[in-house]
Amino acid sequence: MELSEHIKTANVEDVTLRRPFHPALRGTLCVTSHHLLFSDRKDEASWQLLILLKNIDAIEKSVENLFGYPRAVGSSGTITIKCKDLLVLQLEIPGMEECLNIASSIEALSSLESVTEMYPFFYRPSHLTLNGPWGLSSTEQYYKQTERLWDRWRVSTLNSDYSVCPSYPSAVIMPREVDDDKLIRSARFRQGGRFPVLSYCHHRNGMVIMRSSQPLTGANKKRCKEDELLLQAVIDGSELGYIIDLRSAQQAQQARMTGGGFESKSFYSHWKRIHRHHERGKVVQESLIKLVEACSDPSHSVDRWLSKLENSKWLSHVHSALSTAGLVVECVERDGHSVLVHGSEGTDNTLLVSSLAQLILDPASRTVTGFLCLLEREWIQAGHPFQQRCAHSAYSHARLKQECPIFLLLLDCVWQVWRQFPLALEFSEALLLRLAQEVYASNYGTFLCNSEQERCAAGVKENTHCLFQSLLRPDIEEQYLNPLYEPTDLAIWPSVHPQSLQLWTGLFLRWTEYAQNMEEAREEVWSIVKEHHEQAGPDRTNNTLSTHCDTLTPFENLMDELTIL
Amino acid sequence: MEHIRTPKVEQVKLLDRFSNKSVIGTLHLTATHLIFVESNSTSAQEIWILHHHIASMEKLSLTTSGCPLLIQCRNFRLVHFVIPRERDCHDIYSSLLRLLRPVSYDELYAFSYNPKQNDQQREEGWQLIDLAAEFERMGVPCDQWQLTDVNREYKVCETYPRDLYVPITASKPIIVGSSKFRSKGRFPVLTYFYQEKKAAVCRCSQPLSGFSARCLEDEHMLQAISKANHNSRYIYVMDTRPKLNALANRAAGKGYENEDNYSNIRFQFVGIENIHVMRGSLQKLLEVVGTRSLSMTDYLVGLENSGWLRHIKAIMDAAIFLAKAVTVEGASVLVHCSDGWDRTAQVCALGSLLMDPYYRTIKGFMVLIEKDWISFGHKFADRCDQLDPDQKEVSPIFTQFLECVWQLTEQFPQAFEFSEWFLIQIHEHVHSCQFGNFLGNSQRQREVLQLKERTYSLWAHLLSEKQNYMNPVYSPSFAESHPVLEPSTQACHFKFWRNMYHQYDRSMHPRQSILKQVLTFKESNRELEGTVQALKTKLQKFGVSTSPLKPQTPPRDRSLPPRPQSLILGAPLLSRKEVQQEEDEEVFGEEAREDAPASTDGERTVEGSSATENGYGELTGSFGSKNEPAVVTLEFGVARMTC
Repeated sequence: MELSEHIKTANVEDVTLRRPFHPALRGTLCVTSHHLLFSDRKDEASWQLLILLKNIDAIEKSVENLFGYPRAVGSSGTITIKCKDLLVLQLEIPGMEECLNIASSIEALSSLESVTEMYPFFYRPSHLTLNGPWGLSSTEQYYKQTERLWDRWRVSTLNSDYSVCPSYPSAVIMPREVDDDKLIRSARFRQGGRFPVLSYCHHRNGMVIMRSSQPLTGANKKRCKEDELLLQAVIDGSELGYIIDLRSAQQAQQARMTGGGFESKSFYSHWKRIHRHHERGKVVQESLIKLVEACSDPSHSVDRWLSKLENSKWLSHVHSALSTAGLVVECVERDGHSVLVHGSEGTDNTLLVSSLAQLILDPASRTVTGFLCLLEREWIQAGHPFQQRCAHSAYSHARLKQECPIFLLLLDCVWQVWRQFPLALEFSEALLLRLAQEVYASNYGTFLCNSEQERCAAGVKENTHCLFQSLLRPDIEEQYLNPLYEPTDLAIWPSVHPQSLQLWTGLFLRWTEYAQNMEEAREEVWSIVKEHHEQAGPDRTNNTLSTHCDTLTPFENLMDELTIL
Repeated sequence: MEHIRTPKVEQVKLLDRFSNKSVIGTLHLTATHLIFVESNSTSAQEIWILHHHIASMEKLSLTTSGCPLLIQCRNFRLVHFVIPRERDCHDIYSSLLRLLRPVSYDELYAFSYNPKQNDQQREEGWQLIDLAAEFERMGVPCDQWQLTDVNREYKVCETYPRDLYVPITASKPIIVGSSKFRSKGRFPVLTYFYQEKKAAVCRCSQPLSGFSARCLEDEHMLQAISKANHNSRYIYVMDTRPKLNALANRAAGKGYENEDNYSNIRFQFVGIENIHVMRGSLQKLLEVVGTRSLSMTDYLVGLENSGWLRHIKAIMDAAIFLAKAVTVEGASVLVHCSDGWDRTAQVCALGSLLMDPYYRTIKGFMVLIEKDWISFGHKFADRCDQLDPDQKEVSPIFTQFLECVWQLTEQFPQAFEFSEWFLIQIHEHVHSCQFGNFLGNSQRQREVLQLKERTYSLWAHLLSEKQNYMNPVYSPSFAESHPVLEPSTQACHFKFWRNMYHQYDRSMHPRQSILKQVLTFKESNRELEGTVQALKTKLQKFGVSTSPLKPQTPPRDRSLPPRPQSLILGAPLLSRKEVQQEEDEEVFGEEAREDAPASTDGERTVEGSSATENGYGELTGSFGSKNEPAVVTLEFGVARMTC
């Protein structure tokens, strides 16, 4: 079925649009295969609202005169559109039938399942060409750039046809002394074939963060020599490593009943296991739903608000993610040990913790490019199933399947780190907000599909544009820079006291007046910083000055006098 | 001094409140301060605790390492010492017990504090705030409002100031009659005049109406207030208490205005709880946030159960109601509670702040506090426990006001000339008894104490280090476009004020501060501009055209001004004198200064966040943690300002 066949009514005139904190507008509404377009059709300075249909999470319609005469004069309907970026719009559409038509078109077109029908495959802006480089880096490039890896690590391409592990990229970084055969065996011993791979090597002491899925020890405590050897090779004999298991000890025990399990002390004698409980899947998704619900009701009393905030548990998830990341950093940076992180599948919380730990540890991942590379390596290439996790957001009435806002949780945690170290990150909150939007609905192909294998099959690289590439274009990048950025080589340990963590108002209260005040204050900060840079500015200021000084020799004394002023 | 039995104890351990860290140092006891000096020579942290700041002490039972002494301060600092010998601990404890309970005003720090100013400077300090000028600024006296001398001798109302403003039509007999019908004689008087609509904000105490009593003079008084405003046919009477409390007061012969007896009033209860509820609420809040390894759930549940933010919102709601009635409806409002010096002060002051951008400046905020809190007799001595041992009178009413203002600064980052450090510093000194402003319970008492002759004014002190309290993103044009603030009262905008209640818990705070950075930039921008101007004029004097010298500056000036350092980044610390010294010393060390402040500072702050403090997990000791990095050692406190 062609996409256009879903569209029963493409155009309606005289529609009233209501947005929070804006006066109502009248204009024309259009539905296309991928967009909802509202235009106020004024000749001058006409204003348009363009919403990706994929951004629409839920649509609610209320039709007056439902049981009245068909096409009765004056019948009308109201559609409430709730977007995945948490914006809520209301459209008053004259004509009951039009209203129902529009609603059903939106419903059908906003929940497309087939990847190649999605908008990124049709997005062809004039300033971009499809032949440009896609993505920022690959495993091979990363390896090439990271000299400290060369000695003990190698790139293995055993997964080049995705047969060993369907959710891994084609190339992974492994210890030199472990050959591919052993890896294949280890992969068979890990859920989904996600054997331990290198995620990060610390620039100070060469310690590494590895990640994997759970071992399939099962009820009768199976073991796998190759897996043990692999981990032994990681820590190089003499030392000791930590396994951070993102489940409680009890959950890990229970996992054995369903074929999963954990690394037992007796077989992995050089590894010390620490259990940290993390919620996953549905629980986290429901947290988001509850939180957004709590934020969108302005009538709550303080008590009710706090109790709803608590009840949503969202901040608890933020708290545990940052705490565990802190623990990993503590192992690597302070105590100088390597770490293996895993939960069950190793595609969600595992990535969350390993990427947060890198942000805290590694100054390179705190630049715009570095952060996007981190996301690319640790989320996109590492096989976070974006399509499943981000199919719906907080408003959807659809039955939850695989949805889980783990990526949003990551952005929230990064925001918390930025709050505590406002000078340490090169990017600003705006980048996080943009990513929070793009991950749910995008013109770009970056967040499509669930793994590199799927992206290959769908031809994502050939047929869509890359978000990260476009974010890094100088004119675009500027709006995401943190004006106060001052690089530091040190680890930035965030405080995880509950008093130090906050609701991310920039995201969850994004569409309120409050956000506008904040925006104005931010602009003021920008202008002060700009003024500062212009005046005190780059070093060349001094050079030009010194030349002036040369010409002003008669006044040297004067200058001296002034310096002491 | 005779109370000090042991002036110095060595090898005292100071435990961190939220982690397992501890430091060893020496404890000194002086007539005014308890001082802890860390022995470690590299960081040598110093903690100065003013005796007046100590709210309570607890000697815990003896442990193997010594005798623990727990000290809770009114500025929310909590220190936990372990003193090796029980005897020393007992001596310190009993000396402090005596020292922190002064029996007369003369023992308060303000009377011995001497900042090395001469009498003239001190007098000038006291003249900074002039309330008569403030009423003039509002446009009073005018054709409807006049200054009355009825209270010149404090005969009508002891707790009011001498100068009071009343409607022209309110004659002396009416005033006196009305005052007899009001609790503590606090009859309705003007506190703020909204010139644009000629609407007045008046304040008083509850009427002694009981179940049926009425007073014609009081009714006339309200009538006069109403008549003074031609824009509105009615006035609002806001009783800031919960209805139930007001009803209960009727049984004691007090109560609230009966709408049948007063023509043209609109009566409204607001529902702010009394001082006892507020005291309990803060206590609960502090208990919750003082818990070690607090979980997010316990934190949020505890925050809710304390009710603290609910009370803050109630005050804010009342102020918003007041501001709307005045600015939108143009109606005059009469505010009262029971005695008219707690909730009334909160609501009037906060309401005026919403209506008038002047009060959002540094000077204006001082005026506001001077007017609605100090002159109208908020009982600072009782509420802040300066002297009187009656714990039932203690309540964080003024703290709540400061917090409401802070909540507003969070919602309107550009509306206030000052940053939160200004509020925190005021809070610090309300309890420090170092300056005369907040001593005593009323103007009359202050005159008896001869504060202006014998003590110094806080306002002069704060103005002298004004640059520390500036909000870098303050925009006067915002005030023009938003003369009246309309804050959102959505519950999610009410946040926990970490920098107030955890000011001294450094592990809780962000390691880098936007405020500080931007302030530094702004300051240096200003300085550069000044230098450019100076250069230009000098060059002109020498007859050189300024065109070849673009606005460039000598290299030395590129170095940033010394940044304030504290436990919390962005907190002002260095007093002016110290800054001056530092500059004097380093005038010739240009190169060193060029980079030094920025880089060492950055290192300290970032590294300052360490794993042990944050307590992520179970990795204790077994692998031998590496040395803790040096931390920012300077201390934010009164002591520094006294040298």
